[in-house]
Amino acid sequence: MAVKVIIPTPLRVYAAKKDSAEVSAETVGEALGGLTAQFSELRKHLFTDDGKLRSFVNVYLNDEDIRYMAKEATPVKDGDVVSIVPSIAGGC
Amino acid sequence: MATKTQTLGVNTPATGLSNEEILRYSRHLIMPEVGMDGQLKLKNARVLLIGTGGLGAPLGLYLAAAGVGKLGLVDFDVVDFTNLQRQVTFGTTDVGKHKSEAARARLSNLNPDIEIQSFETQLTSANALELFKDFDIIVDGTDNFPTRYLVNDACILLGKPNVYGSIFRFEGQATVFGMPDGPCYRCLYPEPPPPGLVPSCAEGGVLGVLPGIVGSIQAMETIKLILGAGDSLVGRLLLFDALGMKFRELKLRKNPDCPMCGKNRTIHQLIDYFEFCGVRGEEAPAPDLQVPEMTPRELKARLDRGDDLYILDVREPHEYQICNIKGHLLPLGELPRRVHELDSSREIVAHCRSGKRSAEAVDFLRKAGFRKIHNLKGGILAWSDEVDPSVPKY
Repeated sequence: MAVKVIIPTPLRVYAAKKDSAEVSAETVGEALGGLTAQFSELRKHLFTDDGKLRSFVNVYLNDEDIRYMAKEATPVKDGDVVSIVPSIAGGC
Repeated sequence: MATKTQTLGVNTPATGLSNEEILRYSRHLIMPEVGMDGQLKLKNARVLLIGTGGLGAPLGLYLAAAGVGKLGLVDFDVVDFTNLQRQVTFGTTDVGKHKSEAARARLSNLNPDIEIQSFETQLTSANALELFKDFDIIVDGTDNFPTRYLVNDACILLGKPNVYGSIFRFEGQATVFGMPDGPCYRCLYPEPPPPGLVPSCAEGGVLGVLPGIVGSIQAMETIKLILGAGDSLVGRLLLFDALGMKFRELKLRKNPDCPMCGKNRTIHQLIDYFEFCGVRGEEAPAPDLQVPEMTPRELKARLDRGDDLYILDVREPHEYQICNIKGHLLPLGELPRRVHELDSSREIVAHCRSGKRSAEAVDFLRKAGFRKIHNLKGGILAWSDEVDPSVPKY
């Protein structure tokens, strides 16, 4: 399935300054894996050393939080959008 | 804690408007969605702004102009020149003044009919509940993770709405937390990111208009909560990308297992939020790298003596254009693949803006076998202070 992954501003420095990437995947986890295969520097910002998604990284499939779906095993279909939503705190 | 105020709280709700107020708010009054009832709701509302900076500027200006009867302004900071690019409450003559007081003066001038209370203090676990108790709505316009978790938890403990907004470079987020059936900040972000991962405005920069837009969205949500009108952002996270000029919306769900607002709450009082976020202050530097340093004065003396020193500037090209001390530009991020361009037999002094990035560069180069290398202590900022004031600070 061809899905689009949206890369948030704080992570774009690790993704050749791109704001999104097209990947082929069957699940959300595979989509993120495809993304980090394209941009290896992203891996450590998204996953722990043992391959788990970091707890402060929120991932959405379209407008739903994958924590309330099947997490990384959530299946994707053609045209879906996977968003990485980072914690940002600026207000100054 | 320094406070400036007339009286505390709106004890007796206002039941009418003066002729001057009717004239001032006429564009509200002629809309049925606001009308006299709505304007009186605004007049009887008490809103506390945490932070009077980038987000706080449009918040304060619009809420004061709209006639919110009581505004509290919490900020411990002092206005400096770098604030004026976006913190539109302040003028050039405010530089050096306390932000909460300068904002109070500006907003009083905008609307003398409302009560404005300034709190020249840092929000802490010790004072948050006391500060919040006299207000109906809390608006989070802070700039750091510890305070955001603190505002959230205090709002949940007191049952008060928390109108949330945050920004980073070109990107913004807004929502409303803390409503009875809605999610809280911890439902969205159970844990903070490790310190240093997300740069602050001071490190990452911010486009001046962005807090204007996100703060205005927070002001609109605050007014809607007061009026009880429209669809609030409760349960929705609004994402704004200024470069793409795109708004997107994600569903926010209340986490049934949330330690703060879930059924089995495990947090019953405010905690140490700096510890929780792994930092001892917003500007806390990353764990200090122990690298050999050279002060700007030492460097100047050595250069004057004619010593052969290689000045390595590890900043970005756009920073080099702002100012430089004739160093050889090699950005930190490119160092690993361009390290062969450097001669390890020469004595090298690395510098950046403040000394933080160049410390990383020196650490990296030492691990790569460079021995005669120093970090310029305090960077180009210190060089400007101690050696050459004609070099601008940024």
